[in-house]
Amino acid sequence: MISQLFILSSKGDPLIYKDFRGDCGGSDVAEIFYRKVTELPGDQPPVVMVHHKGHHFVHIRHFGLYLVVTTSGGVSPFIVLELLSRLATLLSDYCGSLSEKTLSLNVALVYELLDEVLDYGYIQTTSTEMLRNFIQTEAVVSKPFNLFELSSVGLFGAETQQSKVAPSSAASRPVLTGRSDQSHKNEVFLDVVERLSVLIGSNGSLLKVDVQGEIRLKSFLPSCSEMRLGLTEEFCVGKSELRGYGPGVRVDEVSFHGSVRLDEFESHRILRLQPPQGELTIMRYQLSDDLPSPLPFRLFPSVQWDRGSGRLQVYLKLRCDLPPKSQALHVKLHLPLPRGVASLSQDLSSPEQKAELGEGVLRWDLPRVQGGSQLCGLFQMDVPGLPDPPSPAPPLGLGPASLSFELPRYTCSGLQVRFLRLTAPGTPGNTSPHTWVRHLSHSDTYVIRI
Amino acid sequence: MPYLGSEDIVKELKKALCNPHIQADRPRYRNVIQKVIRMPDLDQWGQAEVLGFLLRYQPRSEEELFAILNLLDSSLQSSSPAVVMAATKLFLILAKEFPHVQTDVLVRVKGPLLAACSSESRELCFAALCHVRRILRSLPGHFSSHYKKFFCSYSEPHYIKLQKVEVLCELVNDENVQQVLEELRDYCTDVSADLAQAAIFAIGGIARTYTDQCVQILTELLVLRQEHITSAVVQTFRNLVWLCPQCTEAICQALPGCEESIQDSEGKQALIWLLGVHGETIPNAPYVLEDFVENVKAETFPGVKMELLTALLRLFLSRPAECQDMLGRLLYYCIEEEKDMAIRDRGLFYYRLLLTGIDEVKQILCSPKSDPSLGLLEDQAERPVNSWASEFNTLVPMYSKACWAAISSLQVSEPRGPEPSGTGVLSPSGSLISENKAELQPLSDSGSFLLVPNGQLTAEQFEKTWLSLEVAHQEVLPWQGVAHPDTIQTALQMVNIQTIALSKAGVQPWKAYLSAQDGSGCVFLTELLLDPEHLQVRLSVKQSHVKAEALNSFISVLKTVIGTIVDIKS
Repeated sequence: MISQLFILSSKGDPLIYKDFRGDCGGSDVAEIFYRKVTELPGDQPPVVMVHHKGHHFVHIRHFGLYLVVTTSGGVSPFIVLELLSRLATLLSDYCGSLSEKTLSLNVALVYELLDEVLDYGYIQTTSTEMLRNFIQTEAVVSKPFNLFELSSVGLFGAETQQSKVAPSSAASRPVLTGRSDQSHKNEVFLDVVERLSVLIGSNGSLLKVDVQGEIRLKSFLPSCSEMRLGLTEEFCVGKSELRGYGPGVRVDEVSFHGSVRLDEFESHRILRLQPPQGELTIMRYQLSDDLPSPLPFRLFPSVQWDRGSGRLQVYLKLRCDLPPKSQALHVKLHLPLPRGVASLSQDLSSPEQKAELGEGVLRWDLPRVQGGSQLCGLFQMDVPGLPDPPSPAPPLGLGPASLSFELPRYTCSGLQVRFLRLTAPGTPGNTSPHTWVRHLSHSDTYVIRI
Repeated sequence: MPYLGSEDIVKELKKALCNPHIQADRPRYRNVIQKVIRMPDLDQWGQAEVLGFLLRYQPRSEEELFAILNLLDSSLQSSSPAVVMAATKLFLILAKEFPHVQTDVLVRVKGPLLAACSSESRELCFAALCHVRRILRSLPGHFSSHYKKFFCSYSEPHYIKLQKVEVLCELVNDENVQQVLEELRDYCTDVSADLAQAAIFAIGGIARTYTDQCVQILTELLVLRQEHITSAVVQTFRNLVWLCPQCTEAICQALPGCEESIQDSEGKQALIWLLGVHGETIPNAPYVLEDFVENVKAETFPGVKMELLTALLRLFLSRPAECQDMLGRLLYYCIEEEKDMAIRDRGLFYYRLLLTGIDEVKQILCSPKSDPSLGLLEDQAERPVNSWASEFNTLVPMYSKACWAAISSLQVSEPRGPEPSGTGVLSPSGSLISENKAELQPLSDSGSFLLVPNGQLTAEQFEKTWLSLEVAHQEVLPWQGVAHPDTIQTALQMVNIQTIALSKAGVQPWKAYLSAQDGSGCVFLTELLLDPEHLQVRLSVKQSHVKAEALNSFISVLKTVIGTIVDIKS
């Protein structure tokens, strides 16, 4: 199965190296891999590469780190890739987050984990429940988690919404602390995250829309209590199902984690499970072509190109079609420009926006866009020496505009979590666990052709 | 040993697979396997491992086969892609006698595969795409209705975009061809030159069936006058003209004006070839070639110069008045001033050919302008599922065909010239060879009998050794039709059998002398004597050391090769 496993930083420094079978060369294999992966010609995929003597490198990249495995050719790529992803999740559960720094602080813990997860190259288990019994080392966190250091504390000591809103870094502390440490709060974080992929043609027609959604759970509860999760009652799967009287919340396909019990799903759309400590994806769903709500953004570009002087004027009008109370955050528009554009003059409708030209691409940053609003930007540039095609098309290289954004408290499909209840086994003196539920959509790719 | 949930299951599995007594007792073996299959508590890794182990199991009867398939049915719907893929492979292999069951399984696994193709994990997405391509080779229409999932997104890494373009090219059908072509057309103007060229070659691949629309799109792309785009389009035109002669006219009309934008070697060669072969219909062909001739001294690519020689001579045959002068200048340059000997030799050859007379030149240079039947040969590439089922869910699909052939060949003596990624068309002789390659590859890999390439045996040595040895084995094999030396030689080369001497096709008596050497140094010399009246060939084998087992292995290899050659021709 797996001969060696090693983790490299983005510059190729070996952080972790473990040889399971001793049949595939020594620790210089990490250097060989790094050299290979950086020298690979552009069209060859890096995921699987050949090492000598019938062994292959398979790797994934996780936030810049390389997690690499050497293995023989007959092994299933899906098993290996899933193992590497699961390992990355497991390491971040234990260490708080997975980065070069946290790995270097927790080397002993990582090796202990690898010992338990893989034995002679065979996968034993990656379940946190089982591993908890074997792992003795404590995780070292780079900075202790301290609520007071965060900016959600109000000015002049005024009371804020602190009790209702957890800062976004709350979930990033290590999940699996030692058994002796009971002082941390019992908390459960539930995220309904949707990824939106949209392609709009140059005439404004919608060519493709795809929503991939996940319900993810991160549980800090040490003991297994049962969790009941209620979804929108009108949740329908497939095109033919109909529930309730309205248009309902419809998805095309849905798949659940193996440990979720679906007895009450048919009747009341309730999921039951016993959450293990750590991260878990409870449900995955997917919807295409038929969104119940309008698309969040529409772009109306208007291009004027004076061939004689080479002056190009691009007027972009961005309209946000979200409901007026919602807003979109961290909106970035990315527009490739024709070759040779050196300078840009801009005219934006609001002072908090920013636009700059970098590497032949126009980047327009809008930190916050309120639902229902329209934002405009006028950009003028000089396009030197383009050849002169007869058709009145926009100049070549004025590429498709791509948007990236986050929509907090909004799901494109309309799916909402109605309730989340935990029945904790009565541990005396234990307060009932806090549950935090978050709905979030963000763009996966949102391309508008000009 | 993988941790399969409990010690009991491990014990049971070990019993079933390792204990010969249990394996001998069929009912007990079956019971053990059934117990393992009903494993209740295995996590995803355990399930995937057990599904892998079960590949070794041969069900006794059809009932048992379907019983196993029913028991394992739920694995196909697991949330872990590893388990789903392992289950799919098991089903495909177990059901190898039942193609409709295989098709059914592939239909059921469509959903999970498509979900994996849109996964957040890039690497999982790539693995799923490679497997989708394998499936498309057998069931081209399988994913046609889901073509939108294979549109490239802006942020994807390059290697995923290339795979998706290939998939789009392969799943085209009447209903989605319009949208797919529009999408590909958009990629042709992408910022990345590699993706643009891959998209253009993909359109070229689709053009074999939907010629008019594709030629229209490609002609429009020429208007943009972008270097990499024009080069790729002209190369695609060259390939298309060979397979679809009906579009020649449209292409010839589009060509004038391209020469200004092409700078790279491949593009120039393609353009020059087109001008040479179809120059009579292109008005300014001689003038374009004249430009190249003027600049031939500054030309750095030898391939371009070779192509130029041939093309100009061909054009001379159809338009002598315009080409005579520059042909003379070109020949003079090639013979007197060119430093590359290959070009000089060709120039000399053409000069002497011209001296012998115009009829000789016509005979040699006027080759057929197209060969549409080659397209049909290639399109027969719908392979049965069984040909790739054993490689499904391994690392083999993750590499391109050429890479894997290079990796799995036992000796790394000569690289096999990888196909450029993105071309949907092989060179004319390539398709036949790749058929051979696919069928003969498992042959040279299997078992412990290896044939080593030995280039050192000369004709004299062969003759001496032949005369000194006794005949170890003689056999008669069926044979049909005329023997084509090239096909035979290439086929034998695939399994490292060297051809010392081979009679020309149609000569009587037809003989061939082969030599091969195995890993232990034992040399096999073979004579093939064709007997056309009885439609058979007599095989005589001599070996340098007496080794009966090696002899048998060699003969079986040789017989398989001969069988394959006979199949291809008939």
